[in-house]
Amino acid sequence: MLRTILIPAALAFGLAATPALASGGAPLTKQSWSWDGVFGAYDQAQLKRGFQVFHEVCSNCHGLKLVAYRNLKVIGLSEEEAKAVAGEREVKDGPNDEGEMFNRPGKLSDHYIPPFANDQAARVSNNGALPPDLSLITKARVGGPDYVYSLLMGYADTPEGFTLNDGMNYNKIFAGNQIGMAPPIADDLVTYADGTKASADQIAKDVVSFLNWAAEPEMDARKSMGLKVMLFLLLLTGLFYALKRKIWADVH
Amino acid sequence: MSAPAFDNKIIKWIDERLPLFTMLEHSTTSYPTPKNLNYWWNFGSLALFALVIMILTGIFLAMSYTPHVSMAFDSVERIMRDVNYGWLLRYLHMNGASFFFICVYIHIFRGMYYGSYKAPREILWWLGLLILLAMMATAFLGYVLPWGQMSFWGATVITNLFSAVPVVGDFIVTWLWGGFAVDNPTLNRFFSLHYLLPFVIFALVALHLIALHTSKSSNPSGIEIKGPQDTIAFHPYYTIKDLYGVGVFLLVFLGFVFYAPNFFGEPDNYIPANPMVTPTHIVPEWYFLPFYAILRAIPDKLGGVIAMFGAIIVLFALPWLDSSKVKSGRFRPVFKWFFWLFLVDCVVLGWVGGKPAEGHYIPIGQAATAWYFLHLVVVLPLLGRLEKPLALPASISASVLKEKA
Ligand code: HEC
Ligand code: HEM
Repeated sequence: MLRTILIPAALAFGLAATPALASGGAPLTKQSWSWDGVFGAYDQAQLKRGFQVFHEVCSNCHGLKLVAYRNLKVIGLSEEEAKAVAGEREVKDGPNDEGEMFNRPGKLSDHYIPPFANDQAARVSNNGALPPDLSLITKARVGGPDYVYSLLMGYADTPEGFTLNDGMNYNKIFAGNQIGMAPPIADDLVTYADGTKASADQIAKDVVSFLNWAAEPEMDARKSMGLKVMLFLLLLTGLFYALKRKIWADVH
Repeated sequence: MSAPAFDNKIIKWIDERLPLFTMLEHSTTSYPTPKNLNYWWNFGSLALFALVIMILTGIFLAMSYTPHVSMAFDSVERIMRDVNYGWLLRYLHMNGASFFFICVYIHIFRGMYYGSYKAPREILWWLGLLILLAMMATAFLGYVLPWGQMSFWGATVITNLFSAVPVVGDFIVTWLWGGFAVDNPTLNRFFSLHYLLPFVIFALVALHLIALHTSKSSNPSGIEIKGPQDTIAFHPYYTIKDLYGVGVFLLVFLGFVFYAPNFFGEPDNYIPANPMVTPTHIVPEWYFLPFYAILRAIPDKLGGVIAMFGAIIVLFALPWLDSSKVKSGRFRPVFKWFFWLFLVDCVVLGWVGGKPAEGHYIPIGQAATAWYFLHLVVVLPLLGRLEKPLALPASISASVLKEKA
């Protein structure tokens, strides 16, 4: 019975999982993510670690404007922790009663405050390259989370004969093989509160998991509702089929 | 058409003044339906079911969507994140479009195999084609609304096609855009039209059904109904069969909605529209790919546009292009093979349409385009004259008895 639910899903995944070649030329490394498959779900502890990486490292250059600070409570931050994170940056608000615009610390209801005031400022600080907002990055690239993981782990020594432009870094995965982002991840770049060993590989997996949650925060709800709906439909369709057989029994 | 007797006083009172219940009775209960319809006949009701899903989800999406270039993308993401079950609404609508096209394409090929377009069903067939055209327009307009990269560049490429029209081309494009580029006025009018067209489709479906109930359903044997022994009442026989079809349809459709909602989508459309950055690959949604392939197969812009629209226009003439007196492909031993070849040809067109126009894709696309038109304009008229059909059974019930034996 389960097979009938799994077939359309498996079909979809099978087709979707054909090894994607990044435009950089190297094949993506397929990871096994906790949310893979019909029964997969996010790993809360991992999302929290991933958030720590994003917050301490990536958010210095990248925005995450579709995620509100209040959303962080979903991945296990306490109200106080989420407030503290929000308060670290200031936003422009106003006008106040005197008609003046003013800066105030972020609140839970604010969306993640971007590191740069605008794209131009972001480019100036990044050698001309624009660090994209990461809210939807795992949905916006072929290969999704595997692409982002492979990109983060895809830095290598520049091969002989390859001319790297000024300020660029060689990357096996990125289109054109040179990227304006310096390798953002290294062993022990962060210290995890839960004691997990912070190898570069672990950090990359954690931050990609967090980014996947940022892009698809509804996924756990979606899959668990899906399971109930599919089981119900299977029953209903079986009933329809039995009825059909019965009603049609006298037709020839 | 005698009015059925209603027991309920209120129903009787209403029906004598406005025969709503008589109409319902005739078209959904007693409607005499051939008893030999196979499961390929389920896709008409499934298409209608898909249309209803699209209209319902669409109306609720429109309550939270903002048609403005600086807000559209984020308003869709707000629906995904902050509106209660907004993600469900949007994924139903997004995947619903694909499944609507799947149903209608199967429905059309069913008609082609069984010769459903032949007399007396020509107008029924035309109405179907008008529905297809309206669906394509609706889907194209809708895809622009989330204002992602593919929305923007798809709209730019497709509206630019009209510039191929001699003399007034550029004027038409400016007029469509409401300006000198795809911009806010374009988005606004596309939203307005995207809301309007599904109701036009709905009206066309009503006409389609009136035509159907006048000429009656065709059937796999292609022989017309000769008497009551050939038919069964629509209810309960086909209501339950269609319900069973809906169950299976939902299992597959919702399988995608819940477990692979972006399977039919393009990752690029999760990047906000940016007029300064052209995506490396501009591809339309999968259901347009065969037509996109035909467009690009012709090296001349105007020629390509004519061929693309011609690919559908020519189908209006199908009842006369197909010269065979025998309807069903079942009794046409040669036609059968050409039908499958045509189907493969359409799949090849779809595949080429998704590839860049370079290298060996170009000649493959051109050959497949040539075959598309050759099949319809040359092969079908000749086949009807040259082919020797198999012996037809005496009636629908005779054909059913023969199958059972
Ligand atoms: C010092 C600034 C900086 C930091 C820190 C940084 N990035 Fe980047 N990132 C960039 C820049 C600049 C680009 C644009 C590169 C380009 O277009 O050449 C970029 C691009 C990206 C891309 C997009 C690649 C593509 O396919 O377009 C991803 C994904 C990404 N960064 C992820 C991360 C993650 C995850 C982290 C944290 C672990 C991180 N970045 C930290 C500057 C940074
Ligand atoms: C919104 C899209 C459409 C809806 C809702 C719809 C609905 C239906 C329904 C409910 C039937 C009766 C059941 C059946 O025979 O399958 C039918 C019959 C038919 N439709 Fe459609 N249809 C649609 C589009 C089309 C298109 C695009 C075409 C072809 C160009 C088409 C051609 C036909 C024909 C020829 C019949 C008669 C089939 C027969 O009895 O053999 N329809 N349609």
